[in-house]
Amino acid sequence: MASIFDRSLKGVRAPHRKNTMDMETRRMPVPEKVYICMSQHMGPPCDILAEVGDEVKVGQIIGDSGAFLSAPIHSSVSGKVTGISEIIMPNGTRSKTLVIETDKKQTLHESVKPPSVTDRESFLKAVRAAGLVGLGGAGFPAHIKFNPKNLGEVDTLLINAAECEPYITSDYRTIMERAGDVLYGVETIMKWLDIKSCIIGIEDNKPEGIKKLRDMTKDMKGVTVQSLESRYPQGAEKVLIYETTGRIVPEGKLPADVGCIVNNISTVAQLAHYLRDGLPLIAKCVTVDGGAIASPGNIQALIGTPIREVIAFAGGYSKEPRKVLLGGPMMGVSVYDDGYPVQKNSNAILAMDENQVEGYAETACIRCGRCVRSCPMNLMPLRIEDCFNRGDNEGLMACKVNLCIECGCCAYSCPAKRHLVQMHRLAKQRLRQDQQKKKGA
Amino acid sequence: MTQNLVVASSPHFRAEGSTAAIMRDVLIALLPAQIAAIYFFGAGALLLTVTCAAASMLFEYLYRRLMHLDGTVGDLSAAVTGVLLAYNLPAGIPLWMAVIGCFAAVIVIKQLFGGLGRNFANPAIVGRIVLLLSFATQMTSWPIPGQDGVTGATPLGVVAAMSNPETASEALKLPGYLDMFLGNIGGSMGETSALALLIGFGYLLARRVITATEPLAFMGTVFILSWALGADPVFHLLAGGLMLGAIFMGTDYVTTPTTETGKLIFGVGAGILTVVIRLYGSYPEGVSFAILLMNIITPHIDNLTRIKAFGGVEE
Repeated sequence: MASIFDRSLKGVRAPHRKNTMDMETRRMPVPEKVYICMSQHMGPPCDILAEVGDEVKVGQIIGDSGAFLSAPIHSSVSGKVTGISEIIMPNGTRSKTLVIETDKKQTLHESVKPPSVTDRESFLKAVRAAGLVGLGGAGFPAHIKFNPKNLGEVDTLLINAAECEPYITSDYRTIMERAGDVLYGVETIMKWLDIKSCIIGIEDNKPEGIKKLRDMTKDMKGVTVQSLESRYPQGAEKVLIYETTGRIVPEGKLPADVGCIVNNISTVAQLAHYLRDGLPLIAKCVTVDGGAIASPGNIQALIGTPIREVIAFAGGYSKEPRKVLLGGPMMGVSVYDDGYPVQKNSNAILAMDENQVEGYAETACIRCGRCVRSCPMNLMPLRIEDCFNRGDNEGLMACKVNLCIECGCCAYSCPAKRHLVQMHRLAKQRLRQDQQKKKGA
Repeated sequence: MTQNLVVASSPHFRAEGSTAAIMRDVLIALLPAQIAAIYFFGAGALLLTVTCAAASMLFEYLYRRLMHLDGTVGDLSAAVTGVLLAYNLPAGIPLWMAVIGCFAAVIVIKQLFGGLGRNFANPAIVGRIVLLLSFATQMTSWPIPGQDGVTGATPLGVVAAMSNPETASEALKLPGYLDMFLGNIGGSMGETSALALLIGFGYLLARRVITATEPLAFMGTVFILSWALGADPVFHLLAGGLMLGAIFMGTDYVTTPTTETGKLIFGVGAGILTVVIRLYGSYPEGVSFAILLMNIITPHIDNLTRIKAFGGVEE
């Protein structure tokens, strides 16, 4: 029974470590080679639309798929395709990757021109053509988000500028450097999707960003900027919807089912960019930080640039890195090799040193309930672990492990250092396999 | 390719804090009561605590060693059990008896059920109950503060004697509230000073080791119910092991419910049982039995107070 006194969802007070807040984005020069991976969105990977030896130009489509959940992939450089290789993704799957040797001229492809948007249909087409995916991390294709079955019932556009992960400041830099783009994007989305109100949610550890957005949206009808308590994970979709509108997304439903469409602020800025000059998503601003980084900063890098080159441009390693993350320390993925390329949804590259990488030996659960008190989804990880350990799949379902957003609050707050998120992932996988088996039988 | 990078599941950093740090906080919170015990009962009180803590840790170490399990003495949970058991014994109890209590607590209740996190009842409580049933005389010989070698009754014992026509006499006298609040009364070594225990309570709350729900529910229920049944509520709040039990044993993570609603039910239940045993049972004191009984039904309370997942849909 959830307490009626629980006004806000729980979460944890993780340290902010926003060291790079005031560091302007520096544009990184074109690298010698880029590695453009064919799975950069949620959904099946794209088919390669170029061959070894082909000359490609900036903005040319080099990968696309007919699948529902997909977005085209563009070349971020001009140059020559020198190979098609396979890389191992951080999650262990393999993905085809186009290797392009750059000519450093950055010649634009003929197709790069502002799209003509005249109605909702052409707007959605333009969003897809921009190659836009959710830049907050999940990589959900944006044009699908903008086209829910019940668009008529959607009354609120939510812009996620919470940026609740420690270290990351790339969205904040978007606000400070590209606020005009953000607001143009907001206006356009509201216009074509006929949404009357927009809430920009931003954590209160970014007072200047809040002030700037408030000043600029003063005269915009229906647009409000809402300051959120700085408590991780305010930027998780379901949490943001609840904190800004009070609505609860039921299990198995989408934000649109409660009248919301949520977009990351950088996604919106990128959309505006495309609508204005027709340049699709080919570069990303990433925060480079961590104990093994000599000089942290925000870097704009072309998609496909190996992260070791981004780090080198930022100033290189100050000491031997022990862990390299794409994304923040709470939800980011650790890569096995710093030659992994920058992806559409990369927002940070963190290199941790020896001191920041601990083994975290598990000790016995003492049932202190800190995991329960921190879970924004109101789950009970200690119960889930009991069910998981005794192979009780029905118990796992009753515990709603499927609702886990893997934000990491439980494991973060666990004094016994139990690997709760990892256990949740395994539990979810086990339930999926179980369901498939049942279907097969 | 060239590097030796660690690949692991998120989250990639953790809050500070550990089981040992929590147990250390509990030990610190228990300190004021130890100081009060030394003040009222003499240095023997310190010796008893040290003996129990050392014996508990030794039993834990030996068991884990013999069973080829990871050593867990470092998490300090055995030390907490030992100290709590010592606080639940009369200051003058022979030390070898106290060691038997430690054996029952650490080996039988804790380790045989799987060690930390797996015991169904509070080890210190069971250790005390084992000793109470085995050595009834020594377990009810309460030294009187300030009078060496003299034993007497606890305030609750006095009440029990007064209500019995055979033992009632003019000589029986109850201590004043102030003496009870400070701890200048007969009783188990660590339970008599309400003031010292409340200081520890404040510390645990400030350090967020526990929430106030269960202690307040437990003490509040005893206060209200004893008043409703015609007994002196302030007396029952200050007497016996109520504060020690409510603050330090009813808040044990392992053997009490996880959710706040569950803690509330636990506290109210333990409060009712305590008053019923005190007023109508054959024992003058009922806190440890109340906590033990509530420990046993804790899994059921946990089942009934599962919190609903955010947006969860029940089929």
